[in-house]
Amino acid sequence: MHENLIEKSVAGWKEIEYEVIRDGAGNCITVCNMENFDPVGVHTGDSIVVAPTQTLRDGEAYMLRHAALNIISALGIEGGCNVQFALDPNSMKYYVIEVNPRVSRSSALASKATGYPIAKVTTRIALGYTLDEIANGVTGCTCACAEPTVDYIVLKFPRWPFDKFVYADKHIGTKMKATGEIMAISTNFESALLKAVRSLETGMDSLAVPALEALSDEALEKQLHEINTERAFVVAECLRRGMDIAHVFDVTRIDVWFLKKIQNIVEMEQALRLLGSADKLDRAMLLDAKKMGMCDRAIARFVCSDEMTIRAMRREMNILPAFRKVDTCGGEFEAVSPYFYSVYGGATEAFPSGHKTVVVLGSGPIRIGQGIEFDYCSVHCVWALKRAGFDTVIINNNPETVSTDFDTADRLYFEPLTPEDVWNILEIEQPVGVVCQFGGQTAIKLAKAVRQGGYAILGTDLSDIDAAEDRELFNQLLASLGIPQPKGTTVFTADEAAAAAKALGYPVLVRPSYVLGGQGMEIAYDEKHIREYMDIINLNVQEHPILVDKYLLGREIEVDAICDGENVLIPGIMEHIERAGIHSGDSISVYPPQHLAPRIQRMVTDYTVSIARSLHVKGLVNIQFIEYAGDLYIIEVNPRSSRTVPYISKVTGIPIVELGVRASLGEKVPAMGFGTGLYPPAPTVAVKMPVFSFEKLNEVEVALGPEMKSTGEALGLAETAEEAYLKGFASTKMAIPRPEEGGVLFAIADHDKREALGLAETFASLGFDIYATTGTAHMFNHNYVGAQPVPRPGEDTDALAKLFDSGKIRLIITTPTHGRDPLRAGFRLRRMAVEYGIACITSIDTAKLLMKCVKMGSKDVPPLGLHDLVL
Amino acid sequence: MATLILEDGSRFEGTLFGHKQPATGEVVFMTGMSGYQEMLTDPAYRGQIVCMTYPLIGNVGVNDLDFESGCVQVSGLVVSELCELPSNWQMKKTLDEFLDEQGVTGICGVDTRALTRHIRDNGVMRGRIVAGEATEEDIAACRAFSLHGEAIEASCRERHDVSTAGDVRIAVLDLGMKRSLTNWIVRRGAQVTVFPALTGAQEILLSGCDGVLISAGPGNPEDYPQIVETVKALMAAKPVMGVGLGHLLMALASGCRVERMRFGHHGGNQPVKDLAAGTCAVTSQSHLYAVSGDALPEGVRVSHINWNDRSIEGLVYEGRDAFSVQFIPSGLGGPFDTTALFDNFLKTVRANREKAGV
Repeated sequence: MHENLIEKSVAGWKEIEYEVIRDGAGNCITVCNMENFDPVGVHTGDSIVVAPTQTLRDGEAYMLRHAALNIISALGIEGGCNVQFALDPNSMKYYVIEVNPRVSRSSALASKATGYPIAKVTTRIALGYTLDEIANGVTGCTCACAEPTVDYIVLKFPRWPFDKFVYADKHIGTKMKATGEIMAISTNFESALLKAVRSLETGMDSLAVPALEALSDEALEKQLHEINTERAFVVAECLRRGMDIAHVFDVTRIDVWFLKKIQNIVEMEQALRLLGSADKLDRAMLLDAKKMGMCDRAIARFVCSDEMTIRAMRREMNILPAFRKVDTCGGEFEAVSPYFYSVYGGATEAFPSGHKTVVVLGSGPIRIGQGIEFDYCSVHCVWALKRAGFDTVIINNNPETVSTDFDTADRLYFEPLTPEDVWNILEIEQPVGVVCQFGGQTAIKLAKAVRQGGYAILGTDLSDIDAAEDRELFNQLLASLGIPQPKGTTVFTADEAAAAAKALGYPVLVRPSYVLGGQGMEIAYDEKHIREYMDIINLNVQEHPILVDKYLLGREIEVDAICDGENVLIPGIMEHIERAGIHSGDSISVYPPQHLAPRIQRMVTDYTVSIARSLHVKGLVNIQFIEYAGDLYIIEVNPRSSRTVPYISKVTGIPIVELGVRASLGEKVPAMGFGTGLYPPAPTVAVKMPVFSFEKLNEVEVALGPEMKSTGEALGLAETAEEAYLKGFASTKMAIPRPEEGGVLFAIADHDKREALGLAETFASLGFDIYATTGTAHMFNHNYVGAQPVPRPGEDTDALAKLFDSGKIRLIITTPTHGRDPLRAGFRLRRMAVEYGIACITSIDTAKLLMKCVKMGSKDVPPLGLHDLVL
Repeated sequence: MATLILEDGSRFEGTLFGHKQPATGEVVFMTGMSGYQEMLTDPAYRGQIVCMTYPLIGNVGVNDLDFESGCVQVSGLVVSELCELPSNWQMKKTLDEFLDEQGVTGICGVDTRALTRHIRDNGVMRGRIVAGEATEEDIAACRAFSLHGEAIEASCRERHDVSTAGDVRIAVLDLGMKRSLTNWIVRRGAQVTVFPALTGAQEILLSGCDGVLISAGPGNPEDYPQIVETVKALMAAKPVMGVGLGHLLMALASGCRVERMRFGHHGGNQPVKDLAAGTCAVTSQSHLYAVSGDALPEGVRVSHINWNDRSIEGLVYEGRDAFSVQFIPSGLGGPFDTTALFDNFLKTVRANREKAGV
């Protein structure tokens, strides 16, 4: 039974958080306080948050601080604790909203915002140390009992997955929808906000959003009343049109202080626009715009110029950024661990170290398709470079990561990952090389800018990166190697796409080039679909062409390899359980391969070696294949570290990132001690299972497809494949169903009905009741598998809801027809399943695997230590 | 354009606000992120030009509640960004309007971090805020500036009662005290009478008090030998607690030496260790002088030390019912985690009163 809490609504009040920490002796301090931009009502994870609080009097701030300390003391917590308050904006009245007696997302943010490492201090407290005994690693001369004081403002901006889930409900409320977040540091709110917007990597670099500018006044006013992910931009557009701050406040309850700052940005934009050309821009105005955090590219757009012209002007006028230290103490003590952020106008504290320095580009916010795996890679890269004797520098903006710990690299720059921001740092650091291959697509996209700035890229050369990412060049390369790939072409417009698809024959795969996580990727079955997808893709201006490929329904295979330009080591081959068409990040992947003929494995090895060599890969490369009708095709080559590197490193025991870094530095693979070619498989089986968050994301299609949807993954490790699957399912909270828990409902697309029949038969023989939607039930019954017919959503939604409510359905197996239209019955059935908390499987292959586990029953699988397996 | 010039010739550019006249003072930096109104009206900052290390100042404007004295006490204010449109339900005016009305000069748009680092590395020095470029005369004016007797100026003119209800009577010697100081005593059920800084010990003792609280305040403690004598007499007669400047005067009265610190402690995040209890608390502080740890006289024991720089933060005077702390237990701006010291003081006062059989 769940407990339901009914609480007084304090919507519209200020939401204030305190991060407090207490030791066993009862000493307690606050690390940081934070104020939400959005008033109470929006989950703090979905809110823009600033630290420290901006609109509280000292008496208000210390009243809440005192309450937070009393709470942590009364609860007897030893370690970190987060306390959230709702504060009446018109009195001293407040309520405690939530107490999290543990380290949390907010404590990670507070740690990065202040330089005070909460988790580390909490660990020491757990070991029995008191705050006064724990040293402050940033100053080197103070202790953990001093409350951090900051001399800058920190702003956190959530990263939502709605660039991928175009039909999803973008409203935000009490259920968190963000997959990640970024943090920006500056000396004023305006520049912190604009840095944040750039760091999000959603294609925006200012508060001006063309889609909002195009709205009518009425439509805009309506938007202002909605609480959704675009709120800050909607507010900006309202103010741009001259709406009164007081009115915006009345509607949104966002504090006037914040609104005024947004108005400042908008006014600067408009002043720039009024100039009409770059020659009218004088030093004072440009400096003001830079102090406000505007990037050269946005300024250029406002004055009808181009980024490089503004950049050249700015440098000629000697308007250069200064880098200031985050030091926990407001400058009272000299900091020993260099952790920097940029400002315009002021003295710099960052200087070239004089040592051989390498800059590692991080991977930005966690989003679907680019998760924490790339931070693992960045961190291991830094460690490998340190071992090789280099001074290391990290540039990243994600407060949730290890790479942004102040003690991971020798120097940390908390900055957006755009060409301008990166150039500024490279100018200070003067590195001997820049590493672009470990920060996912974020970093690889910056390779061109790094070269343009005159800096060396460590590892695979820019021209070779292009050869892999540029479709035409890549086709030429594969043709010259005699390696087949699904037929395809590149297009820009919907008409071209439709023509190409017709020539290739449906179904086809449509996707933009230079993307990760299959962003904007779809399988099109007819011309209507292809036009629909092209419209979605072209919502954002595409600098690169769009790829249209013949879609092969085969088995997907993936490898990560290390290459020194000549010699190649393949730590292992991964095989995907679901057939092609489901994004590799969403499919269940097993190592070593369970169904691949030795001949195919040899081909995988040979193709990998010849591709890596001809791309002159120095470092890592990730290659994806399809085995189709006995032949092997290449579908993708990524000249960089991939999502699977941490997984395959862990299960093979090969330090892939380190070897990749050493190869980038010129070391030869045969000298690394792991041989060349395909490394012998481990005696164990490892299964990578995706984890989804559909319950948090309304109106998102649950069925898997070529665009990645999972938000995480888990690893199952065992001596046999079946046990590994079982562990994998268990780790993703997909408990293995038992007949007494309820039946299985089938809702199957026509092309999958034949295969589903066999599944239904087996489930029935294991004692499960079988239910099926009208068409599917008809087919099952016709083939002597008894299935109770169930209406589809739309036919009789209430009856279906009643059935789900009754608890008779334990599992739903449903495969999609095609299209993203949220009105379709299958789509709605799957959404209902999620809302009723019923396990839902959308691929026949996944269902078959689950069935294997059901057959094994509730067998006890012994735990295994990773170290016992791979070392 | 305006300049803050320091006595060593360093210049920091900005824009004038508030009362836009030249202002001279001792330049200190304050690390509290909130509480600028409390700081501005705190007499302990008299004679000083205060640089706020937090860059966004004036966000909540100025209200009628957060006054620690009747007027602005600082000589000048240095900020990075001055808030144009403050927001807080208690707000009555902007910081700019307030300083103008109070005749105090501010300079904004300053690289306050560079200034803070300069003072940190070179020590507190005198400075002058002027419109336009600073001249040699301005440097000379800096060098000619000195603080003397600020506590006496800041003190009340006449003896007055703050509260007349309570079981014990506390006399407060006002050396430029913050209003919030007496609140904590009143809240604990004591009658409170405040005396001007130059009141003789005799007069205070004759008022029938059961204990004396020596307040915090501005300036160099060695500028007040007459008050030190008063404090000595009070300590011989009654339970005495001292805070801030009061602590320093009690130390001098007990034969300790006092020294000037490089840049002092100004802010709300200073960790102080209570040596007897073994605990460490966060405190609010505003001082530039400290008791020297070398050769403490007999009978004076260190009770608290600053856990950042190990300077003396509290003393206990053996054989007398007296103790003093360098920090401000009453906070505001800043934390009030050490108000138990007021309980300890009143406990001593009450016990003493009982012992005396009153």
